[in-house]
Amino acid sequence: MEGWRIHTGTALALPFDNLDTDQLIPARFMSQPRDAGYDDFLLYDMRRDAHGNLDPGFPLNCDSQASILVVGRNFGSGSSREAAVYALVDAGVRAVIAPSFGDIFASNAVNNGLLPARVSDADGAALLMALSGKPESASVDLETGRLMIGTMSIQFALDGAWRIKLINGWDDIDLTQRHQSDIQTFSKTRRHNAPWVWPHETH
Amino acid sequence: MSAHATLLDKLWSAHEVYRAEDGASLLWVDRHLVHEGSHHAFAKLKARGFGVANPELTFAVVDHYAPTRGRDAIADPNIARMINTLEQNAAQHGIQLFGLNDPNQGIVHVIGPEQGLTLPGLLINCGDSHTSTHGAFGALAFGIGATEVAHVLATQTIWQKKPKAMRIKVDGILGPAVTAKDIALNWIAWLGSDGARGHAVEYSGSTIRDLSMEARMTLCNLSIEGGARFGMIAPDETTFEYIKGRPFAPQGAALDRAMQSWGDLKTDGEAVFDHDVAIDAAKIAPTVTWGTSPDQAIPINGSIPNPDFLKAGRADAARAALDYMGLAPGRPIAGTPIDQVFLGSCTNARIEDLRVAAQVLSGQTAKVPGMVSPGSALVKQQAEQEGLDQIFVSAGLDWVASGCSMCVGMNGDLVGAGKRCASSTNRNFRGRQGRGARTHLMSPAMVAAAAITGTIADVRPLLKGRAA
Repeated sequence: MEGWRIHTGTALALPFDNLDTDQLIPARFMSQPRDAGYDDFLLYDMRRDAHGNLDPGFPLNCDSQASILVVGRNFGSGSSREAAVYALVDAGVRAVIAPSFGDIFASNAVNNGLLPARVSDADGAALLMALSGKPESASVDLETGRLMIGTMSIQFALDGAWRIKLINGWDDIDLTQRHQSDIQTFSKTRRHNAPWVWPHETH
Repeated sequence: MSAHATLLDKLWSAHEVYRAEDGASLLWVDRHLVHEGSHHAFAKLKARGFGVANPELTFAVVDHYAPTRGRDAIADPNIARMINTLEQNAAQHGIQLFGLNDPNQGIVHVIGPEQGLTLPGLLINCGDSHTSTHGAFGALAFGIGATEVAHVLATQTIWQKKPKAMRIKVDGILGPAVTAKDIALNWIAWLGSDGARGHAVEYSGSTIRDLSMEARMTLCNLSIEGGARFGMIAPDETTFEYIKGRPFAPQGAALDRAMQSWGDLKTDGEAVFDHDVAIDAAKIAPTVTWGTSPDQAIPINGSIPNPDFLKAGRADAARAALDYMGLAPGRPIAGTPIDQVFLGSCTNARIEDLRVAAQVLSGQTAKVPGMVSPGSALVKQQAEQEGLDQIFVSAGLDWVASGCSMCVGMNGDLVGAGKRCASSTNRNFRGRQGRGARTHLMSPAMVAAAAITGTIADVRPLLKGRAA
């Protein structure tokens, strides 16, 4: 995974609350391998009519180049499906700006280099308003935690550990390898103190 | 540990291998449950050249894609491939598999407890958001994404920042036909579907102590629908009685030793929570959802909200939800005609759920079609021994095999576009049960009432004169 500090791209408003993971990617696409890309599955049913034709009125269909999404609260609530993040990332999205995110979605996002940037309710509403007419050029700075759209400069919140991970493009497995001996010691102690944790050996 | 520790504090510190300067903890994972959806994680593991660190603590189960009919010849090649991939990954890494035709197969959050794999004091991970279910045993249980699943497979640990602690205390006696499902929908409607975001919820109070393990699992299961990745209940005699004699649970001296350590798994009297919520059980009515988010729920005797009278933040969402659901504001929710019912899922398909639904349906005929999918093959067997299957079939409902089925529709069990389904499941999201499907969440007893009347209906009058 590549790290990044500053991203400049097109910001688009999706003014909906509770865009849950079932909407981000309907379950029927999740048996597909990742190789071919998940971009077509992003918000599949919201973007299309019953015959599978793209709805020209849906914001994302007007500007498919958007890489920064400004959305309503509780984005990515629901299932743990990382495929929701794959769909966003494969469609070129690098940052999602919202007043709140589903907890599991936010972890999954960071694990794939996608920024879940949290803003206040007031800033979120102001951003949606500013983008209501059309998409705008915008930039996100992970180091300063600022989002710039036109003349607006907005501070976003991001967990410190996640900021470092995104900037460095770190993979947790690499990080954890440094603690291999701690893990082994812990495992031995646990087995000694709580042998019942290991399932009944006769099975 | 100070005398001011919460159950969360105790579980967390018991699993912390290392804490980084930024506050993230590296936690030891006692139990890792995988299913067909874990294929992305196994692919990542392979790409990185890692094996499974502790296969003896890892268990695989076929549930998300499990066909509920015609298992001998799976028609859909995608479904067959998903199941086959899990079988291959389990065999390759030496992981015990509860396969499609295993007599112990079922939904991961039903069979974990049923098999005694779920125990108090464990840290349990699964690539499924309803892993919070296992917290009902006083375990630290939470759902994770595919990258995290790969990490647990490779290292038997997980990085996690400690959540804040929230206590939901429920006291008093629940009214007739008011269940754990109704407690859950009640607090979620009150606090919102992100009301417990960033928190671990501990449920306590006299009402919770009186709940069976099945009901506690339903309550913890739904924590995620209020935004909480973790739900938990301190273990007690009810918990210990449930565990005894389960196939993978400790026995004899090992059980005695385990019980000693489990006795301390409770919040200390002086402990302080970041958020404290109190609920009066007597005020909870059978509850149903009217919208497309689990917090859009009202008592069965209530009216569908008028968005014009809601707060600005909730009004737009309510309008969109009513449009999708095809409902008019201001009308009573009771009496809304439905097209079908579904009784199943990790939320409400345990034996107790089937018993209460059968009690309502006994001797009755369903006015709409429907499906009953037990939470596990063992629940199915038990229900058949008790004759419950006959009650469902006589009422006109389909009695099918166990899996996630119509809760998420991955196995092809779908609700058609525009069709209205009374469902014992956990999510009423748009398209969750199928494109354009309209889902109303409710308890199993209420699903049974909906089947009999063909409408969303109060189960309480139907229970009069029937044995409890």
